[in-house]
Amino acid sequence: MSAESCLAANDWICGTYVRTRSQELVDATVEHVGITVASVVLGLLVAFPLALLARRRGGLAGPVLGLTSVLYTVPSLAMFSLLMPVFGVSVAVVVTGLALYSLTVLVRNILAGLDAVPDEAREAARGMGYGPGRLLFEVELPLALPALLGGIRIAAVSTIALTTVGAIVGYGGLGTLILEGLDSYFKAQVLTASVICVVLAVVADVLLLGAQRLLTPWARVRAREGS
Amino acid sequence: MGALADAWAWLTTGANWAGQNGVWNRLGEHLYLSAVCLALACAIALPVALYLGHIGRGGALAVNLSNGGRAVPTLAVLVLLTLTPLGKHGDLPTIIALVLFAVPPLLTNAYIGMREVDAAVVEAARGMGMSGRQLFGRVELPLAYPLIATGLRSAGVQVVATATLAAMAGGGGLGRVITAGFNTYNTPQVVAGAVLVAALALLVEGVLVAAGRLLDPVRRRTVATSAGPGTGLRTGAGAEVRTGAEAAVEPKAV
Repeated sequence: MSAESCLAANDWICGTYVRTRSQELVDATVEHVGITVASVVLGLLVAFPLALLARRRGGLAGPVLGLTSVLYTVPSLAMFSLLMPVFGVSVAVVVTGLALYSLTVLVRNILAGLDAVPDEAREAARGMGYGPGRLLFEVELPLALPALLGGIRIAAVSTIALTTVGAIVGYGGLGTLILEGLDSYFKAQVLTASVICVVLAVVADVLLLGAQRLLTPWARVRAREGS
Repeated sequence: MGALADAWAWLTTGANWAGQNGVWNRLGEHLYLSAVCLALACAIALPVALYLGHIGRGGALAVNLSNGGRAVPTLAVLVLLTLTPLGKHGDLPTIIALVLFAVPPLLTNAYIGMREVDAAVVEAARGMGMSGRQLFGRVELPLAYPLIATGLRSAGVQVVATATLAAMAGGGGLGRVITAGFNTYNTPQVVAGAVLVAALALLVEGVLVAAGRLLDPVRRRTVATSAGPGTGLRTGAGAEVRTGAEAAVEPKAV
């Protein structure tokens, strides 16, 4: 009885809402995660060659980092609006915009990670007859992994939060529920969607931190020796 | 590139700049809200961060705050505030959200700036008989300045971006030009609004970067005694820390 009335009373917390609209919430969450994953993966695919190019030609590093910082400064609502004429009202607007944002952190962190590879390691690999490709994939990248994963973590967490703004073109995952909830003054919907959003960000952060620890066991040993 | 030409036509139409929904009025709202909120956020965050940095406590708070700020969607906070009773008081939800999202970058950067001051320099200053207050004003503050300026720039960009989003939750500002364009399926207006917002954000960032450089207390001496040992203290250790801190600290402005 009282459970029914929380909908009518427009309470912030409403079990009935979560139960009756669970499908809607699941769909929005799936869309949210899908947009985030697609954006960060697309960002990685572009950031990688960009970072390698910037490293090979020292003169390009400044312009590449500068351009990505400029993109980073553009507010998300403006970014999506500028991409809308290019892609029409579609999910591509949101994914492209978020991928462009993640570039900044990813390029910067990949470059920093590669720069931090000790010259001795490089020399040793060359001395053992490693070619440039093998040197990159078997020596430099594994050593740059902590910085790369750190970048992915930051990119993922901020992308989850930013995906909500995609609601302006109707592809904002949980953000769409938040914006609809504002129009219909539906408090439970807004709060529930917001909380799921924060939980998603925290879960992504913890999962990626776990991945970082698993993939780079040497970093922990070094930290312990250092302290 | 038809969309840009249409947007240009929209921007060069005088009627779009006049009146309550015109660009001038929205720009005024945007700048006013941003400036007030940035000042409020500085008044809250900087004293706390500088004090905590000076006594060397509360590092976990400073770092977690910025991580938390990154995870919380700005749109959600704006909409939640609008639905509370605060939403009946005009711009109040926007102001609260703007301040909330400007505090973390200011606090974290200023705190880290204070903590990254070379311990040997602090020791030397103490050895010279400086009091806590002298140490703070003459040594720690000038050396922490670059990161404080970074925090201010980051917070400024954040505030401009958040003020744009406020339009989605019914607030004023330049974002209104965009949302109004969406509501009336007026693509030229959407693009024109987006160009204005992007230009404003870049301009604010540029101005804050230039102001930060001009006001740098150590830079003036750097020019005089290029690469003296005193400046090396900061540009050597500090520069490295700064790039690392920027990558780790700065949350994406909405």
